[in-house]
Amino acid sequence: MRDGRLLAWVLADPSRAQQLDHAAWTEILSMAHAEKLLGSLAAQLKGQTVPAAAQNVLKRARLATDNERQIALWEAEMARRALAPLGITPILLKGAALAAAGVSAATGRHIGDLDILVPRDRLEEAEAAILAAGWEWAKPDPYDDLYYRRWMHELPPMIHRERDRMIDVHHTILPLTTRQTPDAEALVSGARKLECGLSVLAPEDMIIHAVAHLFADGDLQGGLRNLWDIDRMILEFSAVPDFWLRLKARAQRHQLSIHLARALRLCHHIFETPVEGALAGDARKADVFYVGKLLARNGWGQETRKLLAFAFYIRSHWIRMPPLLLMRHLWTKWWREKGTAKP
Amino acid sequence: MIGAHYAADSSDAFSIVPLDALTAIYHRRSGVTHVVTDPVPQIIEALAGKTLSAEDLLSALAVDHEIVIDSETLAGLNARLDELTEVGLVSPA
Amino acid sequence: MRHHYSVKVGPAGFRIGSAWPQPIAALAQLYALYPKPIDLIPDFTVRLEPDTRLRQWIRPSVAIRGDFTLPDAVPMSLDHGLLAAELGMNLQMAMGQRNFLLLHAGSVERDGEVLIVTGESGAGKSTLCALLGETGWRFMGDEFALIEPETGLAWAFPRPVSLKNKAVDVVRAVAGEGRMGPMMAGTPKGDIRHFIPSPEALAAMDKPGKPALILFPRFGYARAARPMGRAEVFVRLTQASTNYVTLGERGFKALTRLVDETPVGAIDYPDTESALSLVEELWAARR
Repeated sequence: MRDGRLLAWVLADPSRAQQLDHAAWTEILSMAHAEKLLGSLAAQLKGQTVPAAAQNVLKRARLATDNERQIALWEAEMARRALAPLGITPILLKGAALAAAGVSAATGRHIGDLDILVPRDRLEEAEAAILAAGWEWAKPDPYDDLYYRRWMHELPPMIHRERDRMIDVHHTILPLTTRQTPDAEALVSGARKLECGLSVLAPEDMIIHAVAHLFADGDLQGGLRNLWDIDRMILEFSAVPDFWLRLKARAQRHQLSIHLARALRLCHHIFETPVEGALAGDARKADVFYVGKLLARNGWGQETRKLLAFAFYIRSHWIRMPPLLLMRHLWTKWWREKGTAKP
Repeated sequence: MIGAHYAADSSDAFSIVPLDALTAIYHRRSGVTHVVTDPVPQIIEALAGKTLSAEDLLSALAVDHEIVIDSETLAGLNARLDELTEVGLVSPA
Repeated sequence: MRHHYSVKVGPAGFRIGSAWPQPIAALAQLYALYPKPIDLIPDFTVRLEPDTRLRQWIRPSVAIRGDFTLPDAVPMSLDHGLLAAELGMNLQMAMGQRNFLLLHAGSVERDGEVLIVTGESGAGKSTLCALLGETGWRFMGDEFALIEPETGLAWAFPRPVSLKNKAVDVVRAVAGEGRMGPMMAGTPKGDIRHFIPSPEALAAMDKPGKPALILFPRFGYARAARPMGRAEVFVRLTQASTNYVTLGERGFKALTRLVDETPVGAIDYPDTESALSLVEELWAARR
């Protein structure tokens, strides 16, 4: 049973698909589905010779992601119409932003709910306009949830009454710890307006946002897809001169330099993305933990939990061992387990 | 709303199929299928690719269809336009 | 997954993985005459997993997972593992199928033309289609009718028919015990046995047909037939489809074409004999 390595290997270089037998095809298709990367795999494999049955699955994925893209762009348009009378141009985030901006990362991408960013000082107005346009609170009694409003980077989620689609209204990007504060004003001032009347973040901010999103969830749910977005964006945006300088500056501005460095190392390790060495920095021992977690998917599409045990093991030893010793001990143990042949 | 203008996507944004008493309209941009009665298909056809006030739209409709232009039909048209705005078939301009 | 099985039903290839051997053994028996997926690469994966680690061994509880999953689905007992597998396969089709417009309908074929019988589970379409398949028609399916958008043709999805309670006896009386699967008693839907389509139906599973009549049946009423307006038919068929919306314009074109080109009737019947005779009557008068 192979892990997500197989999927990453083919995504990084689609010509490798020629080497897959029917068993490997069966596995890679299930893995890709589970990681929400099936549409992206289909896009990457365009032009490759693929067995008819696999071609059928990939075709279905293309149709599905085309449909999701249509829905996502329509939701964005309806949000635009709701906010236009107030003179607010919402900034699209994540999948919808990639699609609206025509970034290559959007090809074949599964797009979920609509995420938009509005300036903090216009948040209340925006909320009122969206509610008036047919969205309603997804969870009951949001006004009781003072915590949400005080501390979170977004309003409680809303869902459209008729169309049954969610919208998340952000006023800043994810703060990963209380010590880091992304610069929301810089995000807004760096945004660029598209022909369709919606805005997207500056390319470097798009990458920083994806990095924040990747590490925000301690369990790295959907992490491989986030990482793939980052790989695609780096490949596309790095063609412009001074890209790496700007990326470094933005990361510093949003206090996410360490996370950017780790993301670059992970991209390079998993997807063979060419990254700037100085910015990526040297490999850290914890990288191995992240790589393992990101690739923890087997050929049946199941999440493999071997590293969950690892995480619990850390916590239980926290008190007994000094930190440096702990890292060395656990890292060695993990490598030993990895080396053992598994059925 | 008095004085407000409305716009609709150009005619190639819609696929309109009559089904005896009702009409099915597929709106390509949204992917939504609407099953509607008259005068909605007529409104869409008259407004496609244009930006008009409710009054001008009513005049345009009166040319091809037997409609009396008075405050009652104008109020009815405004109500239809509000409904169509809500579902995204028409947008305020 | 320790135990697994692969099978092709109509145009769709499935692989089913299971933490327990019993459901796989049951599948192998029920689907013995069915082919394997093309290129040995399945379209969909179903996984029968323990609901929690403990439930693998103690009062085993089967969670239905796979490519597509319903997050709040109630786990089933291992005794009904065969049903769980079937539900899993239906779920993949309902949520994942994009090449065809899916209608909740049974279908049978005669001379290249297809009769489509709509209705939710329990409306009697399964029994009706199973019986038609034994009386001069080729059985194409009882759960999903597949309409190909590009051609308007109907394709077969002839899975074993899941029959409940009295219907089991009715069909077994006509087709014989040898065509019936194992009895699963006390399921949430009653006592269930599967009915295996005839070898001829299975041999023809890749042959499409042209839709020639669509019936909307109502069981338990006095025998009657009445025409239906196109608008009503269109709306009811969108409601009968699991994937109309996700198909976008292809779905719209497929459905408007189907409604435009195919005669439709609503039929009421008090019992199976009336149903069968009404079908023959309307079929003869269909043009």
